[in-house]
Amino acid sequence: MIDLNMPEKVETMQNNMKNLARSMFRPISRKYDEAEHEYPKELDFFRNLPIMNKPKKKDPAKTAAPKKPAGEDGGAKLGANLGLIFSTEALCWGDAALLLSLPNAGLGNAALLAVGTDEQIERFGKKWIAMAITEPQSGSDSGSISTTAVLEGDEWVLNGEKIFVTCAERSDAVVVWATVDKAAGKAGVKSFLVEKGTPGFKLEKLEHKLGIRASDTGTFLLNNCRIPKNNILGSAEVKQGTEGFKGVMKTFDNTRPLVAAMANGIASAAIDFLKEQLEKTGAKLDYKKNVHNLDSVEKAYYRMEAELEAMRLLTWRAAWMADNQLSNNLEASMSKAKAGRMATLITQEVCDICGPVGYSRKYLAEKWMRDSKIMDIFEGTGQIQHLIVARNVLKLNSSELR
Amino acid sequence: MLDFSISKEQKMIKNEIAKLVKDLVVDNAHEMDETGEIQPETLQSIWEMGVSTAGVPEEFGGMGPGGSPVDTALILEELACGDMAVAVAATLPSLFIQPLLQFGTPEQQKKYLPMYCGEKYKPCTLAVNEPHFRFDAVDLKTTATRNNGGYVLNGEKCFVPLARKAEHIMVAASLEGKSQLFIVESGNPGMHIGEREKNLGLYSLESSEVKLTDCQVADDDRLGEENGCDYDRILQRTRIGLCAMATGVCRASFEFVRKYAKERVQFGEPIAHRQSVAFMIAEMAYEVDAIRLLTWKAASRLAAGLDAGRESYLAKLYAGEKAMKICDYGVQVLGGHGYVRDYPVERYYRNSRGISILEAMAIV
Repeated sequence: MIDLNMPEKVETMQNNMKNLARSMFRPISRKYDEAEHEYPKELDFFRNLPIMNKPKKKDPAKTAAPKKPAGEDGGAKLGANLGLIFSTEALCWGDAALLLSLPNAGLGNAALLAVGTDEQIERFGKKWIAMAITEPQSGSDSGSISTTAVLEGDEWVLNGEKIFVTCAERSDAVVVWATVDKAAGKAGVKSFLVEKGTPGFKLEKLEHKLGIRASDTGTFLLNNCRIPKNNILGSAEVKQGTEGFKGVMKTFDNTRPLVAAMANGIASAAIDFLKEQLEKTGAKLDYKKNVHNLDSVEKAYYRMEAELEAMRLLTWRAAWMADNQLSNNLEASMSKAKAGRMATLITQEVCDICGPVGYSRKYLAEKWMRDSKIMDIFEGTGQIQHLIVARNVLKLNSSELR
Repeated sequence: MLDFSISKEQKMIKNEIAKLVKDLVVDNAHEMDETGEIQPETLQSIWEMGVSTAGVPEEFGGMGPGGSPVDTALILEELACGDMAVAVAATLPSLFIQPLLQFGTPEQQKKYLPMYCGEKYKPCTLAVNEPHFRFDAVDLKTTATRNNGGYVLNGEKCFVPLARKAEHIMVAASLEGKSQLFIVESGNPGMHIGEREKNLGLYSLESSEVKLTDCQVADDDRLGEENGCDYDRILQRTRIGLCAMATGVCRASFEFVRKYAKERVQFGEPIAHRQSVAFMIAEMAYEVDAIRLLTWKAASRLAAGLDAGRESYLAKLYAGEKAMKICDYGVQVLGGHGYVRDYPVERYYRNSRGISILEAMAIV
């Protein structure tokens, strides 16, 4: 039964996370924005915290009977996805770049846990693993990647260039996307675990970015890089059609709401900052008067708060659906399309309204404006999200709506 | 517990209303809009579903307990998806009944509820809006002053639905700086009901201005008598009602356009195949959902007995703005065809302007 009240337990949990972000992230937020590429050693505190746990061994008795979808009297549960959404928002209220720098919590770690074998999890489970998908000529069109993997005896030989790899320097290993069969198109794309120090695997450079500067983004060159045969994630078999690739893309259904939650966290930080400024001037926000009878700043504040509510609800819904075994491809993209774009606009507007206080690097508002912009870009740009939503609601395939 | 799923019971109510709307409203909405008339049979059929008397004790003719604000929001969305004017007219009695139920004294409930909770749809109405620039529902110009053991009302109201047909009108007025509600009988010599108004939208909903000139009412005509009522709480409920209707109007525009864009061929292929059109439709899709979720969230607060001041305020602000945007897109996708009245998108466009402007046109 529809009930969108936040349970008290969740609220408490989120407040605790926010307090953690307040005490651990905010004090070093500016420091590592300025010291781009320097590893935030304060984050070692998190190294041994169970951020990304190994999933519990599945109980065959339980998985045998598929869970009833929510809404059919099966009841609903607050699951792992939603939990992660709430903590992600709270931590990004502190600092999104520092969240991306949490040790042993890279996107590669998520991929390993999702599709890795027990043996792979045993070998790589304690490592910090980054994810390398993008190439200079292959951005949103990740099916077109040209990095190759060729099987030679007991080894894969990888060649190519990977850019925009998050945690490039700090990570211990990287999940590299490469094609085993260029002619097979998307179906030929596989992912491989490549350890740092492997000959032929070189960190070429680190990027200097607009925002999320505390997160080190880098370029890797793979030059006849040889890795063990069993470092492939998932099956090496090239299946007909695009089913295999779709499986890879499906992980986005979980990560896109997470990016939306990051956007929500930054937007809420900016809105809270504006509220503080407003209250200092004696404004009383009582959620009563017709907005046209308020001053323009108060009106803008309410409008942004309403947008944030919408961003959050779309995000929660996408994650809730994942937790309840409902397909959320559409809703995941909706949440990111909305939150990515609006966080960008909200942080711009907060800077504008705050004037000199918004423009100065003495305060964090300007940093949030720079940080938030990436939320409308990575894990699929806002335009890609709109394309996915449009294809979904119009029931058009990728050749009809390109 | 956070739950986005519709229960079996909720799905059942939603489907029943949707069927009724499909049978009685959708195909007639254009004609109703042109003629300015809603068939009485339509209002009676919806009335018989009991949507306005949920929560009214059976002894007073109601449906008894049940019917949460979330359920009512689902119903209003379905009705407004057919036609917003019908949604307002069909559920209009609840704007009188629900405040009575929540804040009326036992005597007031006993007097009025059986009168309006019978088997026949019988109009009674609520007057909140006022015809002036910078109108604010929380800062009313209409006043009530104590006089002769009762109250005297002075001021002007507008957009009062079915004012000419209602036997009782609940009037919002400021009493000693506090907004309160007063029940005025149609024959009261101090109350003058004007001609039918002509407005931007809701053509088929008859509404009028109501002028109150030294309008004397008794002390027991004040809702809640000496204790009065929590006017803010009523506004929370009516704001959510408007948001639920906004969801419906916007969904109608979105669904129409979604179908149209796949059928309309230009340059050799459906216009839906163009990103410039498809992206507008994508935006419409997630904004409809956003309005609905904000509505549900505010209604969930009420359902749990919590204050929904902040949530209903933000939801109405959001719904008002986005409804206009969505329905604007609706006209735009159809181009010139969207501008002529043969297609419903221009009606959705006109009606959606009311979401932010109007107050108290429906209640959850």
